[in-house]
Amino acid sequence: MRAMLSRVADSVYWMSRYVERAENVARFIEVNFQLTLDAPSAADQQWEPLVNTSGDHEEFAEHYGSATRENVFRFLTTDARNPNSILSCFRAARENARTVREIISSEMWLQLNKFYLLMNSAAADPRRLESPQALLGEVRLAGHLFTGITDATMTHGEAWHFCRLARKLERADKTSRILDVKYYILLRSIEEVGTPFDDIQWAAVLRSASAFEMYRKRHGRVSPRGVVEFLMLDREFPRAIQFCLLAARDSLHAISGTPLGTFRHPPEKLLGQLCSDLSFAGVDEIISHGLHEYVDELQTNLNQVGAGIHDTFFAFKTPQPARRLIKEPVQ
Amino acid sequence: MRFDNYEIGEFFDEMFASAARPRATARRLLDTLEALPEDEILNCQRAAERSLLQMGITFNVYGEQAGVEKIFPFDILPRIISATEWSRIEKGLKQRIHALNLFIDDIYHDQKVLRDGVVPREIVYSAKAYREQCIGWNPPRGIWCHITGTDLVRHRDGQIYVLEDNLRCPSGVSYVLENRQVMKSLFPAIFATARIRPVSNYPNKLRDMLEYLAADDMTRPRVVLLSPGIHNSAYFEHSFLAQQMGVELVEGRDLVVDDGSVLMRTTKGFERVDVIYRRIDDDFLDPERFRGDSLLGVPGLMEAYKAGNVALANAPGTGVADDKVIYAYVPRIVKYYLDEEIILPNVPTYVCAVEKDLNYVLEHLDELVVKAANESGGYGMLVGPHSTEEQRVEFAGQVKAQPRNYIAQPTLALSRVPTIVGDKFEGRHVDLRPYILFGKEIFVLPGGLTRVALKKGSLVVNSSQGGGSKDTWVLAETPQMEHDELETNTAAFAAA
Repeated sequence: MRAMLSRVADSVYWMSRYVERAENVARFIEVNFQLTLDAPSAADQQWEPLVNTSGDHEEFAEHYGSATRENVFRFLTTDARNPNSILSCFRAARENARTVREIISSEMWLQLNKFYLLMNSAAADPRRLESPQALLGEVRLAGHLFTGITDATMTHGEAWHFCRLARKLERADKTSRILDVKYYILLRSIEEVGTPFDDIQWAAVLRSASAFEMYRKRHGRVSPRGVVEFLMLDREFPRAIQFCLLAARDSLHAISGTPLGTFRHPPEKLLGQLCSDLSFAGVDEIISHGLHEYVDELQTNLNQVGAGIHDTFFAFKTPQPARRLIKEPVQ
Repeated sequence: MRFDNYEIGEFFDEMFASAARPRATARRLLDTLEALPEDEILNCQRAAERSLLQMGITFNVYGEQAGVEKIFPFDILPRIISATEWSRIEKGLKQRIHALNLFIDDIYHDQKVLRDGVVPREIVYSAKAYREQCIGWNPPRGIWCHITGTDLVRHRDGQIYVLEDNLRCPSGVSYVLENRQVMKSLFPAIFATARIRPVSNYPNKLRDMLEYLAADDMTRPRVVLLSPGIHNSAYFEHSFLAQQMGVELVEGRDLVVDDGSVLMRTTKGFERVDVIYRRIDDDFLDPERFRGDSLLGVPGLMEAYKAGNVALANAPGTGVADDKVIYAYVPRIVKYYLDEEIILPNVPTYVCAVEKDLNYVLEHLDELVVKAANESGGYGMLVGPHSTEEQRVEFAGQVKAQPRNYIAQPTLALSRVPTIVGDKFEGRHVDLRPYILFGKEIFVLPGGLTRVALKKGSLVVNSSQGGGSKDTWVLAETPQMEHDELETNTAAFAAA
């Protein structure tokens, strides 16, 4: 495989992560939307957990105060002040793409740019926020299109592997957070475990990960145990954490050429360990360990993998000074 | 929209010979446009703008809020050039580039042209882009100006003049390619029959030329395009050309000089670079040799270049020949090196460093266009007839303080092309920038960037000053009528 510029690899990686992130923010909002629409009373309409899950609650508190549906929705979709809003994600993805337009295909750029322009006009038009589902659906579609176009138009070489690595890591992280949304909701309504409403909630979690139908085929009846097993440990469902991490590991090894099962640098080691942990973990262990705690540790480890990728591939390096032969720099 | 009420005014119109009589070159286009349903032309215009925006064909505007991108305004009515006229332009450009390359080489070697008094020595030595570091240097294949974008204008007399030589980092060719893409999708029927010469081969030609600069024994030289980065106004073009050529787009921070060679930082360590198409001015190329405060360049790059380990296009030092004062001497330069009369004439130019010219300029500021010798992009320029008394006084002061830095030219009545303004056609002034590549041979891209001053009456076509662009059609053969017309024009001009 032809090597690529470190700076370019960095930009391709973040372009891909931000597109995936935007799509997942839309999925968060959708799951919460479904949950609250089905809630038995207005008091159960909780939007604050969503802000907590996306990790920007201080930012939110500063600008909005109360976590009404409208506020949270605006904060997560079109608010440019929130670095993880859908608009900000697309802006960042596009900025990164702009610096690597010669690496990605024209089709990828066109798709990204079109969608950025769409989000920008949505931000300027408050009516778009009144029917959020249509907009969220478009965001999801934009993510799918970008992934499909990337796979169909870009050589599956190093740059493509960086795209895939980034996308899979981001998705693993976000699927774990979607599970966490349910956890936050559960905290508030612990007495509802096992009720019909609980089943509805778990089904909503599955839907937000586009997993409901595939789950049915695998497990049939919706149960908390089944959902956790499917979204965390399934090796065939493309949004399941295990599936994502296996794919991320494959791309990481394709980039470095290290054989699977061995490692040459820290991120390979850590990601390999994470994959085998998940391979040999049982769903009952995860639940008895505490789902939230398990997800928390997983996220910490994923962050470390990300940091390791940065240090290994993107960070600024210089040749060994001993090899420099230029004797006297001219003033 | 119809051309019934279109007025050509007192200018040369590229599409109409007189109000009711289209030129033969434009007839096919006009027939097609007239046959379109009402409003369809405006729909086409809007469709063109939409696709340019979606393609992200934008430029950054200096002096405005950071990161502001604008689309370069585009008008769908093309400028059309007959085959006969183009062949003369092409010959003229090849002649000019050939002579300028000899001139630059001479300046950095024997300086015969100075010894023979063709160009004053002090003018060359005081040119901002003259580089002492280049004395005695033989660039790969003996070529200095690999990529040129020469600005041409047509005056009321029908004659094409050279307005400026851009030998440093001429930009705009990406718009030529993208504009054509858009036009082909809007008017496929015309392109199918009109025999318009294609432009899409430019990136191939550019890459061939760049690879030609690498050493002979190199089977697949590594070519890169060096850009100042995303904040540069021409960044879109840099990435577009790199993409279309299939070469890496690099910034200074991606490169490092080690052991006399240029290396780029990759995810697998360092890889050697053989040819650099640099879109950075000389001043910023190498902080060790030129400006020490440059963050854009690569320390040690000039050492590697002079060791013959990397080729640079255009060669450092080339800019000496596009100094606007030296421009005034180009007809003499052509005569001196090639012993030929210049094919494409210069605009008559007053050199303020010459006292007689200076006095004339100061007395006629309200009629002349005064330009700073080393500025581009329409900056540092006074258009006399459109200026205020206050501006003229200020400019007179600057000219008197530094006469070497200024030239002046009569205000030309640039030719016009019909342009969509609101819901009708109005004439707007245009210039033309063809692109010339100097590698194994000299190649002129058929057509070039037609820039149009969109403000009514304005003569300034630069994008930074409210200019837009049009597609430029060079026809593969000249319709007979147009041929006759040209003959008549030329005869009339010769008689006058």
